[in-house]
Amino acid sequence: MADSNATMRVEVVSPERVLFSGEGTQVITRTLEGGEVAFLPGHAAFLGALTENHTRIYLADGTIQNLAVHLGFVEVGADHVTILSDAAELEEDIDVAAVRAAKVRLEEQLRTEHSAEVEAELRRTHARIAATGGLDSSH
Amino acid sequence: MAGGQERILRGRIKSVQATKKITRAMELIAASRIVKAQQRVVAAVPYSDMITEVVRDLSAAGAGSDAPLLAGRSEVKNVCYVVLSADRGLCGGYNSGVLRATEGEIKEDALKGRGHTVVAVGRKAEGYFRFRGYNIGQSFTGFTDNPTYSIAKEIGEYVTGLYESGEVDRVELVYTRFVSAGSQEVVQRPLVPLDSQVTEGGDGKSETGRDYEFEPTPETILETLLPRYVEARVYAALLNAAASEHAFRQRAMKSATDNAEELIKTLSRIMNRARQDSITTEIMEIVGGAEAMSAGN
Repeated sequence: MADSNATMRVEVVSPERVLFSGEGTQVITRTLEGGEVAFLPGHAAFLGALTENHTRIYLADGTIQNLAVHLGFVEVGADHVTILSDAAELEEDIDVAAVRAAKVRLEEQLRTEHSAEVEAELRRTHARIAATGGLDSSH
Repeated sequence: MAGGQERILRGRIKSVQATKKITRAMELIAASRIVKAQQRVVAAVPYSDMITEVVRDLSAAGAGSDAPLLAGRSEVKNVCYVVLSADRGLCGGYNSGVLRATEGEIKEDALKGRGHTVVAVGRKAEGYFRFRGYNIGQSFTGFTDNPTYSIAKEIGEYVTGLYESGEVDRVELVYTRFVSAGSQEVVQRPLVPLDSQVTEGGDGKSETGRDYEFEPTPETILETLLPRYVEARVYAALLNAAASEHAFRQRAMKSATDNAEELIKTLSRIMNRARQDSITTEIMEIVGGAEAMSAGN
């Protein structure tokens, strides 16, 4: 980070609307097969496919916007990060109690039968829990 | 006898007035929904623009050459038509426009020896093609005035499945494009394989002109991206169709309301004349009766 005051335009776009748009200083997300990546202003052009994950956007005013992103893509340029996802949820839109209940139910279900669908749903649930600060220790 | 006619007319006027109230209400509802539907069309633009750009950049980077959804087939034996119609009628020529356009294409294909599969979206399309004995792959109904992305996803998954299994060799999308509140047009757009126009024009570089880094490989990204792209196209078409449906319904209901007003005017005129006639006849009868009495004296 050459210039600590540098910011970039961060957008989270779903097919139905622009979910989030603002100035940020850092974005952390997780790519398919790749693991977590962080983008700072001035990052090289980057195109990646995302897995179910807890994405963090560090805003210019010092706050952190948490969201659960369930698959999608990230396009990065020197001055912008764009996350395209057909299923992304902002932290404030997630119902914590319902998600925790879902986690217990899904884990129970997985103990008796293995289905790819249930596993994917469980991964989404974990992303949601992480986004709402549940199991994540990073903040 | 004249009084009877008057009563019948009064009844008819009352029923036309009731109909007019309904059509007026439907007109106002449609008008308010156009605005909302239009906003949804606009809100979906950023996503579809960006996904198009990413597809372009990826195929420019050489990822797309052998992706099945991109490569066309040399011989087209079966064509799949995804027809976006409404669930309900009372919207003027909206349904018949798309239905007739599709039927014309299917007949043309039949002359060339090609088969067809219809994917009917909306009850009207389902009823129309089922009644006429066309081959319906699957129908999706019950949401056309307010489509969601998950439905676009279902339709997208179904048609890409049809294409990948080799059951059909081309998928066409027939819908009514919403140009403005005053103008909509029936259009037919190729959906799968993707138009070469879509993939051309990318340079594999970001806006700043630097080469992209890819993670994972461009091929893997494209593989997961193309189905999303098809879904986004279907979703945009669904939103356009919904906005057009409301616009058509508003116009149809406006002219129905105008007609009802005209009818009420004509009927009241006839009724008033009948009333006057009956009064005149009554007076004539009284006068005639009185004269007969005095003549008898």
